[in-house]
Amino acid sequence: MIELFNESSLLALIIFPLIGVVLLMLIPSQYQDVIKYSSLTISSVVSLISLLVYFSFDHSIQGYQFLYTYSWLDIPGAWGDGAGAISLDLGIDGIAALMVLLTGIVMFTGTIVSWSIKEDLKDFFILYFLLLSGVFGVFVSLDMFFFFFFYELSVLPMYLLIGKWGSSSKFPTFARTKEYSAMKLTLVLVAGSVLIWVAIIAIFIQSNLGTFNILEIEEVISENLSTNFQKIAVPLLMIGVGILAGLWPFHTWSPDGHVSAPSGVSMVHAGVLMKLGAFGIIRIGMFLLPEGAQFWMPLLIVLGAVIVIYGAISAMGQTDFKYVIGYSSVSHMGYVLMGIATLHYLGLTGAVLQMFSHGVMTALFFAVVGMIYERTHTRDSLVLQGLAKKMTVTTILFGIAGLTSLGLPGLSGFVAELLIFMGIFQSYGFGGIILGSFAVVGAAITAIYILRLIAKAFFGPVSSEWEDLTDSNLRERFAASILVFTILLIGLWPYPFVEVIKHGVGPILSGIVGAI
Amino acid sequence: MTNNFSLLIPEFLVTGLAFLILSLDLFVSEKRKDYLVWVGVIGLLIILGITLLTFTNGILYQGLLVFDDYTNLFRIFFLIAGIIVLISSNEFVKSNIKYKGEFYGILIFTILAGMLLSSSSELLTAYISLELLSFGLYVLVAFDRYNMKSNESGVKYVLLGAFSSALILYGISNIYGVLGTTRFDEISLMLTSIDDLNPFLILGFIFLFAGLGFKLSAVPFHMWAPDVYEGSPLPITAWLSVGSKVATVSLVLRLFCESLLQIGNEWQLIIIVLSVATMLIGNLGALVQKNIKRLLAFSSIGHMGYILMGISALISVNEDGSVSTEMTVLVINGIIFYVIAYAITNFAAFVSVIAVFNHSGQDSISDFAGLSKRSPFLSLVLVCSMFSLAGLPVFAGFTSKFYLFNAVGAQDLLWLVALGIVTSLISLYYYLMIARQMYIEKGADSAPIKVSSSIRIILMVLLVAMIIGGGFPSPLMDLIQLASEALIS
Repeated sequence: MIELFNESSLLALIIFPLIGVVLLMLIPSQYQDVIKYSSLTISSVVSLISLLVYFSFDHSIQGYQFLYTYSWLDIPGAWGDGAGAISLDLGIDGIAALMVLLTGIVMFTGTIVSWSIKEDLKDFFILYFLLLSGVFGVFVSLDMFFFFFFYELSVLPMYLLIGKWGSSSKFPTFARTKEYSAMKLTLVLVAGSVLIWVAIIAIFIQSNLGTFNILEIEEVISENLSTNFQKIAVPLLMIGVGILAGLWPFHTWSPDGHVSAPSGVSMVHAGVLMKLGAFGIIRIGMFLLPEGAQFWMPLLIVLGAVIVIYGAISAMGQTDFKYVIGYSSVSHMGYVLMGIATLHYLGLTGAVLQMFSHGVMTALFFAVVGMIYERTHTRDSLVLQGLAKKMTVTTILFGIAGLTSLGLPGLSGFVAELLIFMGIFQSYGFGGIILGSFAVVGAAITAIYILRLIAKAFFGPVSSEWEDLTDSNLRERFAASILVFTILLIGLWPYPFVEVIKHGVGPILSGIVGAI
Repeated sequence: MTNNFSLLIPEFLVTGLAFLILSLDLFVSEKRKDYLVWVGVIGLLIILGITLLTFTNGILYQGLLVFDDYTNLFRIFFLIAGIIVLISSNEFVKSNIKYKGEFYGILIFTILAGMLLSSSSELLTAYISLELLSFGLYVLVAFDRYNMKSNESGVKYVLLGAFSSALILYGISNIYGVLGTTRFDEISLMLTSIDDLNPFLILGFIFLFAGLGFKLSAVPFHMWAPDVYEGSPLPITAWLSVGSKVATVSLVLRLFCESLLQIGNEWQLIIIVLSVATMLIGNLGALVQKNIKRLLAFSSIGHMGYILMGISALISVNEDGSVSTEMTVLVINGIIFYVIAYAITNFAAFVSVIAVFNHSGQDSISDFAGLSKRSPFLSLVLVCSMFSLAGLPVFAGFTSKFYLFNAVGAQDLLWLVALGIVTSLISLYYYLMIARQMYIEKGADSAPIKVSSSIRIILMVLLVAMIIGGGFPSPLMDLIQLASEALIS
């Protein structure tokens, strides 16, 4: 039984959502309750598997775990018959294990939050599960082809999810229709994957092994992947996947997408989808192209610093809740990029922890904003006032997310950001100190816009417009409490999580000469 | 030397079937002519079975026709494609076409032409097969004779088609004049034995490429395609975009692989230029289209650009100017896989458009607004085929595109691949616009669309094929591998 679980659990993470897709297609759309409960069942099962995977992951054993392989397609060529050149190779290290857990949590809570969707619930969940199948696939793939396959699979449903179930908004100076945001998001992300695609093919050809397997290619890095090649391939990958992580100046799709997306999708989008980008830089960029990564990381850390500050300042200027959180997400992903770019053990660990922490926190943010929006039909912080009196629990939840975001000790954001800051200060000498100060300033700006937002929207007298507001219901509180629990757990007891991350960070940094 | 005519059994049977339908048309009453399509379908099914059972390798008429795994793969392809196009045209023909027997009879002749094209291994045989295909299509395109657009497109197609045939013929005569042979394998031998290419020979090849470019609707020979697609009866548009394209590709592939590989350094650049122009113009042209047939016409031009990209990468030119064919099999695999995936996907798109058209009689893109409410099944198939055409997983379009691009990249043409991927990003925009109409926009008409069970089954099969082609391609690839090896040996 345990053996079966070890071999097939990762496959199950990809397959079960797809089974859910087929199952939902077979249910007639008028049975709303059946759809709700079957989608909940599917997410519960998948989340449960992701929990089990995480907790049975043994960080004391070196190497990838839960390995599964299925020879998918041969590619004959100069390298021989290329048997199994493309294989469905699954396996996780510590980093991926944590990301799997994150995806499980966000998927489950996102499903609960999405119950409130009125129109075409069935179609929504079909696309939602397709999206998550792709996300799981990226995190657990050890094959570049399938990495890309699932990467594209997770972009594909976003267009319809935002375009159909999203909301258009009008601001005093401009309007954002959901169609615009959906198209922008899809095209920008697919434009990124153009670069990834080219880079993957280039790595495949250059390694000359006739395989897309990441672990096999890793063994011939020194022979076949020359330094010059790596220096060319890394920027392709870094920008390609970096777009998904909100890399400046390609980040503008992200806030627009957040604003238009329905809450459940925003949660997945900011919670896990943006993490795919950072994960891709680590998994392919740093692992397969260490010398190139080392060459380009100074640029990445500068870009990261820019987006930390730029995102934070942009967030200050916004009044729409989702724009604030959208820009804040971009700014927080900047920390992740900076942490990765330190090439330092502490920085990278912090980056991965920040990915997890930010994923949970931002999911909570969007869940809460969704609760508010469903009741008030606005997200404008200029209009909202005194919500705390009417929606006490919601306010507390938003407060927790906000405090995590600005890095209050005891909550998850603090641990992650602290590790990143220490990594930056130790990595690039004098430059590191300057960049590190930027990062800290970014955190300070975060405090300004978050506290201001809370003060404006939640405190003060209740305007007559909001007299009849009801507080969040049990279902919403249940979803939020899972996220809050996770935030507190990491904030108060980060040690076990850091241990798991270490398992993945070690081998990656050991491939990079001169990394600390 | 006796010829083993049993090799030609499938072709004889298809010819017989076409004549059977044409003559049945003379005798049966008007009402019963609706059943002619089923005669065709059942006939093709039986022929498909016979083809699968009786296949042997061999050559006929001193090598004018070659029967190998490659031929067989395309024979099976054309028989299946023929069945699909017959079934999907059933309802359309019932309500729009007056002369049903002729329609089906001529359609079956074009299936025959496709089968012959994939087996012809000599220029004149290829030319005659190509003419059989073209003549059938000239008639079919103009078949809706009381429709002005159908007439217009018929005339346009005949004139330009005849022009391109003349080019091909002129090219062939030049090649024959210089080399003294029209057989692919002998051309190959002659080309290796001569040092300098005679200008008339080059002229001959250029004319040949131009003529074939017309048939493939490669830029700059593509201008007929959107108009002809728009005017033709819908099932014929589908057949134009799948049948005639695949048939021409099957000929081009054999021509290049069997006779032109050695002088790859001479033609590679020409084909690259054609491919770049075709990818760009096809995909950019599609951006502004309002009619779904025109849009799909431009989209199929774009896809031909990717095929040409594959053709140009059949060989790689080493630094010293010599030609290397080390990776040729991989590229052929890629092209055949791409063509098949394109055919499946395009069929899925067209058959769903036909189903909508049968109900509404409209074919502009805005008429698809709110389709997801009117027929969830049709819009599902259509949106899946759009994603597949755009090259997104899990559909056949993605996997085949990845395979082809990977193969082209392996021939040191990574920049061309990058350009291909960029144009495929452009194509995503207009494919998404159709998805937007169906799922996001609200339509004026909300009456449910009734889909007949035969079309429903066809679409179901195509949808499954699209997903299997993308998610589980290795059985298909094994067949393709055999075909490619047959071609290169």
